[in-house]
Amino acid sequence: MNKERDLKNLKSSYKLGFSVPEDYVFKSKKGLDEKVVEEISAIKSEPLWMRDLRLKSYQTFRQKQMPGWGGDLSQINFNEIYYYLKPTKTEAKSWEDLPKGIRETYNKIGVPAAEKKYLAGVKGQYESEVIYGSLLKSLEEKGVVFLGMDEGLKRYPDLVKEYFGTVIPPADNKFAALNSSVWSGGSFIYVPKNVKISLPLQAYFRINAANMGQFERTLIIADEGSFVSYIEGCSAPVYSTDSLHSAVVEIIVKRGARVRYTTIQNWSTNVYNLVTKRAKVFGDGVMEWVDYNGGSRLTMKYPSVYLVEPGAHGEILSLAFAGSGQHQDTGGKAIHAAPNTTSQIISKSVSLNGGRTSYRGLLQIYPGAKGSKSKVVCDALILDPQSRSDTYPTMRIDESQVQVEHEATVSKIGEDQLFYLMSRGIPEAQAGSLIVSGFVEPIVKQLPLEYAVELNRLIELQMEGSVG
Amino acid sequence: MRPNAEKSILLEIKDLYAGIESREILKGFNLTIREGETHALMGPNGSGKSTLANVLCGHPRAQVKSGSIIFRGENLVKLSPEERAKHGLFMAFQYPVEVTGVSLFNFLKTAYGSVKEKIDYARFGKMVRDEAEKLKMDPAFLSRYLNEGFSGGEKKKAEILQMMVLSPKIVIMDETDSGLDIDALRIVSEEINRARESFNPGILLITHYFRILKYVRPDFVHVLVDGRIAAEGGAELATKLEENGYEWVRG
Repeated sequence: MNKERDLKNLKSSYKLGFSVPEDYVFKSKKGLDEKVVEEISAIKSEPLWMRDLRLKSYQTFRQKQMPGWGGDLSQINFNEIYYYLKPTKTEAKSWEDLPKGIRETYNKIGVPAAEKKYLAGVKGQYESEVIYGSLLKSLEEKGVVFLGMDEGLKRYPDLVKEYFGTVIPPADNKFAALNSSVWSGGSFIYVPKNVKISLPLQAYFRINAANMGQFERTLIIADEGSFVSYIEGCSAPVYSTDSLHSAVVEIIVKRGARVRYTTIQNWSTNVYNLVTKRAKVFGDGVMEWVDYNGGSRLTMKYPSVYLVEPGAHGEILSLAFAGSGQHQDTGGKAIHAAPNTTSQIISKSVSLNGGRTSYRGLLQIYPGAKGSKSKVVCDALILDPQSRSDTYPTMRIDESQVQVEHEATVSKIGEDQLFYLMSRGIPEAQAGSLIVSGFVEPIVKQLPLEYAVELNRLIELQMEGSVG
Repeated sequence: MRPNAEKSILLEIKDLYAGIESREILKGFNLTIREGETHALMGPNGSGKSTLANVLCGHPRAQVKSGSIIFRGENLVKLSPEERAKHGLFMAFQYPVEVTGVSLFNFLKTAYGSVKEKIDYARFGKMVRDEAEKLKMDPAFLSRYLNEGFSGGEKKKAEILQMMVLSPKIVIMDETDSGLDIDALRIVSEEINRARESFNPGILLITHYFRILKYVRPDFVHVLVDGRIAAEGGAELATKLEENGYEWVRG
């Protein structure tokens, strides 16, 4: 197939594939070495411990092997990537203060409009830096902290030092090490005891430049009895060369707190999306991951819950959509390290037009985690013979007094379902859309209305002309 | 038999050879249905009754080898399943499939929109709820996912509900009576009779059993054996079959 034509087709169904000219404060040289790492740290005028952590992580990154499982990573060329792009001098408090190109980009995506209607706070990350931020006054007054990670490190160095890298150590995996060495941007959130934030906080990540590497780092600390819902979205221009997005997200859910973290991943299909996300959940705390992956060339992401005290509960809802040239290797992990902990992983995936989905999951119950319960359900829908889906569930149950359920189904789009709907006069394409949106409905209905609408729209775009 | 030349022909099947994939099951099948006529098609297991139903509504695995099927002036074989529905053909399935996440109501409204006309929510809601009530279906079924977790009888009732709402020109009922208890059978039969009065469709009632024919009186009875009609007559033929079994036809 003709690459240019492919690119053109891609642009027509992917609505956020535009780019604007680069006019940046700083752009690091191509490729990665110690000097680049030191440069990033120097520009950010970080404390020494962070600089050392970066340099040590860089060595770890160099030593660690690429994962031998998951998707095809052989085409990633670490020397062709720009690791740090600083688009503006400071974080703006008003959209008007941003350069025109950036402002217009966010307008097209619709972030300022959403902010006015239903968000408690917003962070906009463009390339490597958070370039816009807002938070409702009332929340600020209650002591809620919602900052870019860099700002968080400046203003709350002790808090950051106490938790940074404790849930996901730099040596956890090659990409966590990479992120730890070159991280920039991301959100730092602290919700004080018993503060419940009713409206969601949102972060929107935008890559604009070609061959860009985006490495945001997010740390959320929900103190005892608090609640926060955090939603992240992302997109990038369509280029013929690849970009890399490799984030690390660490969440601490203290006793009785609840955190819901929702991702609507809509990268263009030239982005490698290799992300480590993990939450540590204390007594009676609740962590909920709602993870939609519809974009990117390859995503490898398995949001995890570490249930470390009795009564902790974790939920992972994973929804993946893989079209032509895409591989979504997604799922979730639940680690039960204390008695009476509960977890649920529900994964649904749709593959079409030669796309591939893989469910990869881990359920681990440590000895002594008596009375723990877990339920894992994974359903895959395959829309055509060119597409593929695999399931890789791992279970390590080292305690006998537990209750574990596991169900997995793989369905071809029901020829019979399609026929049944068509026999009632519904055209084939519409019948296919109905079946697919019905299949994902149990997850979509978990989202706030605005995001459910957004998600349905994204799915419709991917379905356009794919059946029939 | 009382063929009535004044009534217009809805469906005319001539010398049909057809089957599922390469397996030939119907071997020289003939049948003519005029408007308002109810035809019962009976026959032993494996005689080709369900194959005929699948051929008529265009199942992707059903293959027509030769012969013709003319439905209201159109060559039915050339029409896609949705075109057949739009032209007025309705099949009440023997095993209606389940579709997660799609409510019976939304499904039916979508179907109504393509087969009939776009209709507003409130008007359609009332129409469907009225029909559900006549079928003694809990209106909660309308918001449940299509056929998911429905009992056998509930699935069949949902098929009849769809038929009533879509008011087709011709209805093929593939063993609609099987899996119904006696109360449900009576309710479903009453609805079929009401359909005959209100929109006068041609009906092809495929069944194993005689009991539904006590409630839905057929104008014609055909007996299918080994892929072709082995006997036909009026309603009295059903009684004869009940007494003597299919062996009598074969013999």
